[in-house]
Amino acid sequence: MSCAETFMTYALRAIGIGPRGLPKVDITLCDQVVLIGSGMLWNLYFAVLALLVGFMFANGLAFAKGAPSPLVRKPAQWFIFLFRGSPLFIQFFLAYELFVMLPRDGINLLGLHLPTGNFTRAWLGALIVLILNTSAYSAEIFYGAMRAVPKGDLEAADAYGITGWARFRRITWPTTLRLAWPAYTNEAIFLFHATALVFFSGFPAWQQKGDALYYASYFAERTFNPFVAYPVAAGFFILVTLCIIGVFGLVNRRLNRHLPQQSRTRLRVRPKVIR
Amino acid sequence: MFANCADPDSLQGLAWLACYLTTGKHMLFYRSFGTVLALLVITAPVALAFGFGGAMAARARFAPLRAFGKLYTAMVRGVPDIIFFLFVPLALDQGFEWLRHKVKCPDWDEPIRQGADFIVCQAAKLPLNSDPQWVHETYGFFLAVLAFAVVFGAFAANVLSGAMNAVPHAQMETAAAYGLTPRKSFWRIMVPQMWIYALPGLGNLWLILIKASPLLFLLGVEDIVYWARELGGAKTSQYSYPHPDWRLWYFLGLLVFYLALTGLSERVLGRLTRRLSRGQATALGAQMGRDT
Repeated sequence: MSCAETFMTYALRAIGIGPRGLPKVDITLCDQVVLIGSGMLWNLYFAVLALLVGFMFANGLAFAKGAPSPLVRKPAQWFIFLFRGSPLFIQFFLAYELFVMLPRDGINLLGLHLPTGNFTRAWLGALIVLILNTSAYSAEIFYGAMRAVPKGDLEAADAYGITGWARFRRITWPTTLRLAWPAYTNEAIFLFHATALVFFSGFPAWQQKGDALYYASYFAERTFNPFVAYPVAAGFFILVTLCIIGVFGLVNRRLNRHLPQQSRTRLRVRPKVIR
Repeated sequence: MFANCADPDSLQGLAWLACYLTTGKHMLFYRSFGTVLALLVITAPVALAFGFGGAMAARARFAPLRAFGKLYTAMVRGVPDIIFFLFVPLALDQGFEWLRHKVKCPDWDEPIRQGADFIVCQAAKLPLNSDPQWVHETYGFFLAVLAFAVVFGAFAANVLSGAMNAVPHAQMETAAAYGLTPRKSFWRIMVPQMWIYALPGLGNLWLILIKASPLLFLLGVEDIVYWARELGGAKTSQYSYPHPDWRLWYFLGLLVFYLALTGLSERVLGRLTRRLSRGQATALGAQMGRDT
């Protein structure tokens, strides 16, 4: 099979379009690149959705953690401690076992029928865990940034008669986002890297539909040669990481556009030391 | 364990639970917590040494060494750590066997890679087929420690090189003005002062290391995740202690263990930061100077 044919056959194998069986003998470099790239679709799916939903949830959580009322603050603090203090790997296992325990034929809630079958599937179950996890980490980042908003900005807002919701929406939140953005970029990168854990942690890869690392480890086991499959997967991850840095850099530029040229914070990508 | 545990079928309630939680397999489960702690305690200093070497290499004046150091510190930024955890043990294992093969069986003429097989002569196998079981287990654990040390060494190298740059430059210039050689000023001025700048990063790293430790399971070590799955799975009446699927409770136990470990670490690190800040040219250090 030529490489173009392999591409046509396996490019969408990870989402179930393509032959049932994976290549078993005479595995070429092309097979590995195409299938691992196909698995990358899952990593992107998990990362994009978890980041989108998690971002909104994290803002709420950060606001709750900074709330004066302990009724609001304590649950947020515990939630953040729970998800930041324990390994994601254990969270995946725990969530999977929890979802398995749900009744098979769905839950009836106030006359509403909720199907539960999909919770044990990676596309939903693992996504929920990733959303909660990234929310906790991002909330901590946003909370720190919210407390770092310059006092002078808030006093100026008060002096202009901007109060309450308008002050939060127009002064506090944009500055928070601007201050938090470099750290949040790291969080996005590491969430993306964390998506590689999904299929190694309880959630089964149904019909061998898995992510990039799932296929990489499949090939490494098949050929007993880790020196091809893993570097290929690593290459894909580096490529997407660079894209994330690019996109987040554009957002960073927009967030800082009102500042004089010298005081703009350049986006510097730090390693995982914030996790 | 206890004398009255001889006949589990006759037991009820708490007595049953007490006997159940002290079976031989549960003892292995409890010992695997020790395995995890051992991994943490052994890996941390090794990774710190790797990181120090990496940070020094990244500042070296010899260009190839500097390039190697920069590559080492950069490699963890774009690639998930789990890829390294899967790759490094396998690669090191094959690398060691290949080296031993070259040394021990020089007159072997067949290729080592034959299709999907990796074939070295019997004498080069690691560990040898004739070795007892504990050697195999220790070797597996050793590879796991090495994989963790390589990955976390790269993280630590990042932190340490940042800390080295954070030491006020004027101090190094003063050292040079007093006639200290670069080597001496590195060891006597920079290294003693860099730790306070490195501490927040290293503290985070320690927390990440704790949270990465369940990945031992993927490296084939019989760690707490392995035993939680093994013991928690539903047991039919053929077993002495039949029970339904209890994996949820076992994983809940692991969650509490990790929360306690990270919570405790955070408190200790907080104290350590205050201790090390004494007399340092940082905000906290200045504040502590005023207090006393």
